[in-house]
Amino acid sequence: MLRNLCHAVLWACVFIAISVHANQSKPVRVASKNFSENYLLAEIVAQLLEGEGIAVERAFGLGGTLICYQALLNEEIDLYVEYTGTLSQAILQRPELTGRDELNAAISDRGIRLLPRLGFNNTYAIAVRRQLAEALELRNIGDLAKHPQLRLVFSHEFLERGDGWPGLSKRYGLPHRVEGIEHALAYQAIADGAIDGTDAYSTDGELSRYPLRVLEDDLAYFPAYMAAPLARADWLREAPVAAAWVRRLADVIDAEAMQRLNAEVAVNDKSYAQVASEFLDAKQQTLGLSERVAQRPTATLWTETSGHVVRHLQLTGLALGAAIFIGLAISLVVFSKPRLANTVVYFCGLLQTVPSLALLALMIPIFGIGFTPAVVALFLYSLLPIVRNAVTALSTVDLTLVRVSTALGLSRWQQLRHLRLPLSLPMIFAGIRTAAVISIGTATLAAFIGAGGLGEPIVVGLSLNDTDMILRGAIPAAMLAILAEFLFAAVQKRVSRGYQ
Amino acid sequence: MSASTASADACVAFHGVSKNFGDVAVFKDLSLTLPSQKTTAIVGASGSGKTTLLQMVNALERPDSGSVYVFGEPIPHHQLQQFRHRIGYAIQGAGLFPHLSARDNVALVARLLGWSESRIEQRFEELLHAMALPANVAERPPRALSGGQQQRLGLCRALMLEPELLLLDEPFSAVDPVTRLGLYERFEEVQRNHAISTLLVTHDMREARRLADVLVVLDQGRIVQSGSPDDVFAAPVSHYVERLIASVA
Repeated sequence: MLRNLCHAVLWACVFIAISVHANQSKPVRVASKNFSENYLLAEIVAQLLEGEGIAVERAFGLGGTLICYQALLNEEIDLYVEYTGTLSQAILQRPELTGRDELNAAISDRGIRLLPRLGFNNTYAIAVRRQLAEALELRNIGDLAKHPQLRLVFSHEFLERGDGWPGLSKRYGLPHRVEGIEHALAYQAIADGAIDGTDAYSTDGELSRYPLRVLEDDLAYFPAYMAAPLARADWLREAPVAAAWVRRLADVIDAEAMQRLNAEVAVNDKSYAQVASEFLDAKQQTLGLSERVAQRPTATLWTETSGHVVRHLQLTGLALGAAIFIGLAISLVVFSKPRLANTVVYFCGLLQTVPSLALLALMIPIFGIGFTPAVVALFLYSLLPIVRNAVTALSTVDLTLVRVSTALGLSRWQQLRHLRLPLSLPMIFAGIRTAAVISIGTATLAAFIGAGGLGEPIVVGLSLNDTDMILRGAIPAAMLAILAEFLFAAVQKRVSRGYQ
Repeated sequence: MSASTASADACVAFHGVSKNFGDVAVFKDLSLTLPSQKTTAIVGASGSGKTTLLQMVNALERPDSGSVYVFGEPIPHHQLQQFRHRIGYAIQGAGLFPHLSARDNVALVARLLGWSESRIEQRFEELLHAMALPANVAERPPRALSGGQQQRLGLCRALMLEPELLLLDEPFSAVDPVTRLGLYERFEEVQRNHAISTLLVTHDMREARRLADVLVVLDQGRIVQSGSPDDVFAAPVSHYVERLIASVA
């Protein structure tokens, strides 16, 4: 009897331990795209969950819709806030789908679900300088057609999307030659008079800050962009409590409220965390939230930066280490076979020509998002300078010396160890040095796939058009690159000593 | 076979050796025997094939047809390293490894063969003494040594493993005349004490006359005259040999 009781208690304990563990070991992974409103909404979701005692992992600032979407499909994240128009046009390429039920029917076989709308429509809008609009009497988007000299500059995504510039110019017959710009910089560019018009999101906080006029979409070209969390169906099943909290955000933010929240960040320079926290404080009753605890103190500039530097060094160090190890191994195998060596060097060169962001995006289907794909991409980038220098150095060692070493009775391995390698060291180190500087620079882009590092403040700063924030990442990154340059130069000088 | 009997008192023997570089025939059916414990000089103008001939002895080059016997046996192509350890090799300009000190250059192969440091040190000092090199060169890199010193170190390296055969490819030609005379003296002393079979390639008839016991004159891959230096100098068989002699007189 007592024994049975003991057993029961024991099993109960094990069960509780396992379930508690399972509960705690799986934080909700919330992601955001790399623009201000999406950061803010993700932060609101994150703080809402944290306020209810649910652990959250943030993967904010992912570089664009497709990276977020891929990450969701790859089960790298659990949810992010998407817009219905983006889902139907850019992801599904079925612009006729508008309603939530229609969309959910279309994506049900992909293991994801769109949750109820947050309540506002953040559609595209075309904004022009108010003064100019008044002078030229621009009211509707169609009015632009009469002024082909206007300098229209759009965000890169807008230029590419089916529901962006290509369709818009056709629908309204706009003859302009257009260029791309980072969205957060566009408003400043308009204010400075550098450009005349750009695409805007109708909830952008900046719309009230800058002297702009939003042109009427009188032909109703732009589809609705209702914001709503997009989540993994499995996660909704596995974490019903967390999912229920997220669902409570349905219809609590209208367009006006969103524009106000955006302006808090963009115009009043508040942090995302602060604005999110204030929003949840105000909505505590409506959402039925638990007592809101005071916000955890934000990290100081120093601890934040040192954290980014450490992560940055981890990314580049690991990638560089692997590239040195594997690059040298490859070089040692191929250097004596000219055709093979040429092929390998050519292939590494090909990798180098893939744009960094594209290479990072290509990694996602294979490695997901975060640290690993970033390290792999940086590793691939570091290969070329290392392999090229090593192969060249090893294969161009003075032939007379090679003959002498053969005549002395050295084996191929002994020749490598005692002649080719030591004579090649200076050039090999030059290659490593180049690779180090390249990967420190490129690693700032890793933030676009959620890998952190010094790119993080740069990405956030870009989304906010906040130069201070950008410099917080850019300056340490530049300093690291210079430091690496000096360090490797010193090592190179040391290993070269005594040669010539 | 006659080849093996011919090799009995010969250190190196070429039997009907032909060698082409692309379309150019360097040797055609060349046969030659080098006596043991003597110095044989191969003399000829540039392009006469003398370096190729020398490099066929330690298998840096392989004949297209015919055979090369060394130490009375065909070259063991499956055991080239051990084979080459028995042969000293020195070239014009010395060919020292720039990243190693003088000592490490000379001692490299002995170390790889597992010689004890004390044995290496003893042999190295012997060689420094034999080549009249001061002890303070030992730790210097080659670039900190004079051309003559580098050349002597090259000879030290060739002699380090106490080889049975010495291949010298114009090792005295890149230094000034005074230094060269010093090198001759060092070499002659080594030969007096050890009588190593030596194949010396040179374009300098006077050098050949001074150092060699046997002189072989090569012209475009053919042996045009061979014999003792005095005989060759006394009765050159062709205009080419006369000119080689005249060019150094």
